Order: sequence, then C-alpha cells, then structure tokens
Amino acid sequence: MVAKFDLNDDSVVVIIGTGAGGGVLANELAQKGVKVVALEAGGRYLPEDYVNDEWDSFAQLAWLDARTTSGSWRVAKDFAGLPAWIVKAVGGTTTHWAGASIRFQDHEWKALTTYGAVEGANLLDWPIDAAEMAPWYDKAETKLGVTRTGDRAGLPGNNNYLVFEKGAKALGYKEVHTGRMAINSSDYDGRMACQQTGFCFQGCKWGAKWSAAYTDIPAGEATGNLEVRERAHVARILHNEAGKVTGVEYFDAEGNLQMQKARIVCVAGNSFESPRLLLNSASSLFPDGLANSSGMVGKNYMRHTTGSVYAIFDKPVRMWRGTTMAGIIQDEARHDPSRGFVGGYELETLSLGLPFMAAFLNPGGWGRGFTTALDHYENMAGMWIVGEDMPQLQNGVTLSEAKDQFGLPVANVHFDDHPNDVAMRNHAYKQGMAVYEAVGATRAFPTPPYPSTHNLGTNRMSAEAKDGVCNKWGQTHDIANLFISDGSQFTTGAAENPTLTIVALAIRQADHIAREMSAGNI
Amino acid sequence: MTKHDLRGLTRRQLLSRSLSAAGALAVTGAGFIAAPNAAWAVEVTTITPEQMATLLQMARDIYPHDQVADRFYAVAVRGYDSEEQKDFVAEGVAALDAAAQAAGFDSYVAAGWEEDRVKLLQSIETTPFFQTIRAGLVTGLYNQKEVWPIFGYQGESFSEGGYIDRGFNDIDWL
Repeated sequence: MVAKFDLNDDSVVVIIGTGAGGGVLANELAQKGVKVVALEAGGRYLPEDYVNDEWDSFAQLAWLDARTTSGSWRVAKDFAGLPAWIVKAVGGTTTHWAGASIRFQDHEWKALTTYGAVEGANLLDWPIDAAEMAPWYDKAETKLGVTRTGDRAGLPGNNNYLVFEKGAKALGYKEVHTGRMAINSSDYDGRMACQQTGFCFQGCKWGAKWSAAYTDIPAGEATGNLEVRERAHVARILHNEAGKVTGVEYFDAEGNLQMQKARIVCVAGNSFESPRLLLNSASSLFPDGLANSSGMVGKNYMRHTTGSVYAIFDKPVRMWRGTTMAGIIQDEARHDPSRGFVGGYELETLSLGLPFMAAFLNPGGWGRGFTTALDHYENMAGMWIVGEDMPQLQNGVTLSEAKDQFGLPVANVHFDDHPNDVAMRNHAYKQGMAVYEAVGATRAFPTPPYPSTHNLGTNRMSAEAKDGVCNKWGQTHDIANLFISDGSQFTTGAAENPTLTIVALAIRQADHIAREMSAGNI
Repeated sequence: MTKHDLRGLTRRQLLSRSLSAAGALAVTGAGFIAAPNAAWAVEVTTITPEQMATLLQMARDIYPHDQVADRFYAVAVRGYDSEEQKDFVAEGVAALDAAAQAAGFDSYVAAGWEEDRVKLLQSIETTPFFQTIRAGLVTGLYNQKEVWPIFGYQGESFSEGGYIDRGFNDIDWL
C-alpha cells in the first residue's frame, strides 16, 4: 500500500527530487521505517513508456524549463537555453544516464593536498576519504548490480568498443575493458540482461540498466513509508524563527500552491535546481538564501572536462548497435602533472544516433566540411572524454532575471573553462584521435562538449563551515535539519562519472539521518 | 535548443512519382515547384514558388548530401509556406538575392556553382534568417525516418529484440 501523508504531518522527511540522490535516499529511509514525502517536478515514465527515438525521447524526458547561460563556454552560444541535458521525471537522470559506475581514485578525495593550490581554482579536500567511502561503495555497487564488481561479469563489447579497444591496445594502453556498468550482464535483482539495443540515453526499455524509476522508487513505495508526489515543483523551503526548516511550498500538478510540513528537508534537484531553490528561499533571517553563510551556494560549479572524439573509417562500424557506453580506457585517469595539467580523465565509448549526431557533432556547423562527416555515419566510431575540472568561484548558478512558468527566477548558469580544463581536453582530444588513427581512421573530429549531464559542486561539502555549504554528511553547516543529497554536494569532481558516488553518499546519508532522528538530534 | 519539428505538417502536397530526383528545380507554374523529371513537386499556397525554390537551394547548400534526393529537403523546408512565415521568408530571400546581385549574379539560385552560393550564404550567416533556416534543418532534415537508411542508420531495434543476436559485435575488418 503506497503511503499518503497529510500536508500538516510535520514528522515526515521531505525529499526534493527523485534521481540518483533523492530517489535512493527516499528508498533507503523508507526501508528503515522513516516516513518520506518525495516531491518530483516531473511525471512518471516506466520502460514501456520510453521512446527509442532521440528527439521524441528528449521531448518526453528532458528538463526543458527555462534556464539562462553566460560565460565563455561554447554551450552558452550553441544551446543558450539548455545548459544541461538532464531529466525531469520520477527517477531523475537515472533514466538517461549511460550506466558507467566507477569509484573515485583514492587521491581524488584529497584534490588540494594532491594537486597543491592551482591558480584560479578553488580546490578543497573532501571531508571524507576512500577508506570512509569503501563500504558505501560496496553497497552502491550491489544495489546497482555493477558489472566487474562482486561476482558480476563484464558486458560483451560491441562494434564501437572493438574498434576502441584495438586502437587503445595499439597505443599501449593497459586498463581497457567494457567498463563497470550498472547494466546487467546477466539477470540480476529481478531485472533482465542487456539485449544490446542501444538507446541507453533514452531510458532502457528492458530495464537492464539500473534506474531509480523502476528499482528504488517502487521498492520504497512498497514499504508503505514513501509517498512520491509527481509534477510537484518546489518553490521555496520554509523555516521558523529559530532558523530550522519547517516545510516546503510547492506547485502541484494543477498549478496550485501547497505547503507540506516537514521534520527534515533534503534537497536533491541536481546542481542547478538545488542552489536555485536555496537562493529562491531567501528570507529576512537568511537574506542571501538558505544555508549560505559561506557564500558558497551556487558557486564552484563543475561539469567535468568533456568533449568527444568521433572518427571515420573506410569500412562500417555501426557504432549505434549495442550498449551506448560500455567501454573505457583508464590509463589517463591518473594524476600526472608531466602531461601539463593536474588530475586525469577517462575515455569512454559513446555513440549518438544520426539525429543527435547532426545536432552535436559540430553545433552550428554547415556545408560540406560538416556533411561529408555525416555521409560516413555508418563508418563512424565514437568516444567521450570525462575528466576532472577545476572548481572556480565564478562558475555557477545565480538567480536570473528570467522567470519560469510559476513566476520564479530561473537559474543562470555561468561557466568559463579553467586553463587546466583546456589543457586536459586538448590532451584528451589528441589521445582519442590517436586511438582511432592507430586502427586506420581516415578522419577524426574533436567534438565540443554537449550540454552538461554531470553537474556538480554548487552546494559543496567542506570540513569548515566557511568553505562550503554542507558537512561530511551532506547536512548544511547552517541548518541542522536541511540536507544536500545530490551531486551538488561534491567538493571536487574527480575524473569519474558521478552517479555511483552520488548513490553511495545517499545510502550513507540515509544511515546518518535515521540514526540522528532516533537519537533525537534532528 | 529549440525543436523545429516539421514532421507534423502534411505531406499530401508532396508527390513522389519515381525513385530519382536529380536535376535543378523548376518553377512549373502558378503555385507549383517541381523537379524537371516530375519526380516530385511541391505546391505552395502562401509564399511564391521562387521563394520556395530559394529555400530548397539553401537547404541543399547548407547541408549538401548528394545521395539525398530533393524531396527530403522539400519536406524539411515546406513548413515555411505559411502565413506566419511569409514576411520572414520574403525579406530573407530578398536580402539573399540582393547579396547575389551585388556579387554579379541574377539571383542566389542563378549562381551555378555551389561554391559561389556558399559564399553568398556566408555573407548572411549571422542573420536570423540564415540561422533559423539552418537550425530548422537539423531536425527537419535529419529527423526524417525515411532519410536514416540513406546514411545506414537503423533507428530503434527494441521491436526486433535489440542487436544481441543481430550483429552488435559483427565487425569483421579489425
């Protein structure tokens, strides 16, 4: 029986957002007997609803509410209203993610200590480390069924991977495999094995890829402790005179303003909406927004140093067949400043269908230089770069003058590359092109970053209250019953796809919240 | 990104009579534009046939694929034949033709070499007219399912059980 809680029930934990952070936290708390109301801005879509057509799926799942952009990043020019490619739906961006699930490297928890101060960067060590996180990563890998962890086999390599692997080995790369993926290589946890269908980004119609939409959310609902309210757009977090949060105001599916009381509020709306909500919740007591005594709400935005390399061969590859991202080269993920930058990057296979290739290969490009690339789409292979970018104070979310459909100021997202990001990307382009040239590529394309899917750091975790928004539990330094539960709590971004770490932090945070509630501390 | 999805427009006016559609476009009479070999034709109701012919040539010059027939480009630009777009098209085409005349051609479509027409397009590249036509083509042309097989793209595979038994790893030349 799915729970239904009263708007005046002030004993519930309210979670805003149901993705990798909020969706997992909701289930984990519900499993421990904690009453949870999860407010999700989007609707509910399940595997039978997913559409294996890039533009139709984008219209179904993507977060398309207004945002504005500024800064020198190319996304601000080519996709001015779309700084991120993330999802507005129950399960959040876990419907769209490709499934790559790799742990941070030990040194990445200590970026400032390892790299030293970097001019123009606002580096900081996390207040937690690899030893602290190891057991939580174990739980996260088990939950997601990550391949190549536990006793789970790797996925088989598709055509795109086989080209990538051969080039990588020709270059002497050693850590090359089909990835640690939250995509079943055999039946697991009631979900079937991958059928090599492609369209991982559009929602897995087989349910072979882990998504909170059809795992943690229904599991939490089955406990009777979790109520998910769909199409509930949170406008403001409320607080009392003592500075404790007391509930949230949200617009329901009919557009009516509602108020849900709460004992604890957890913010998990991704790195644009979470700080936007804290800033939009400013009051006379907190004139700069909630939990913002450090001034760090919305600052230090990271999006990973990304980019893609596509290459054309004289024979067919048909990269779209099979798993979208099951392939990785990890040799460049190390920290090795002799390459001209700090931190490292992963290279991961990636394919786009023809419609998205036309949109993203070289946005704004036209003429034969562009079309002769697409002419050989069938002979194309592709990879994605994901590397650690530098947190910078000026990169981030502020309130825009533009308003959304509810009259609330939208997020303006500002981003400038740091010189370290540029050096890393150029190195990765060169290596990526070399991988394909080693297998006989006749032409290669260093493709610019897409609208961001990895959005991190805008409510960062810090040991000292002056350096960040939340402590090592994601609990805000300023307000004991307000938590950050998504990727915005990342102190630094590391080189790895962030979902596994977001999930591990959410499992750990649920444990902490339940313990603190039992102890009567919050 | 704005999705310019033109697929919802009627294709009733698009007459497809044979497989090939090579050759220049011809304005064949009042309200009609067709391929010389009658492979296809587009009826225009609001903008002029000459304006539609200009949009078609622009589409071919912006995203030239010699193996893609004119009729697919026609589908991609036919949505501009509307009351809302009428002035936008008229002004844009007039500006393009003015640039062509300044360069010594009778009009944009009268410039015989693609290279010359591309230079004319580059001269208006930053205008809303060019940018709108170009951006609209990204979905208007490449999101036509009928175009995908020309590029070898197979689209969805779920209905056939994915590629697990149908060649996801069948590369044979490595």
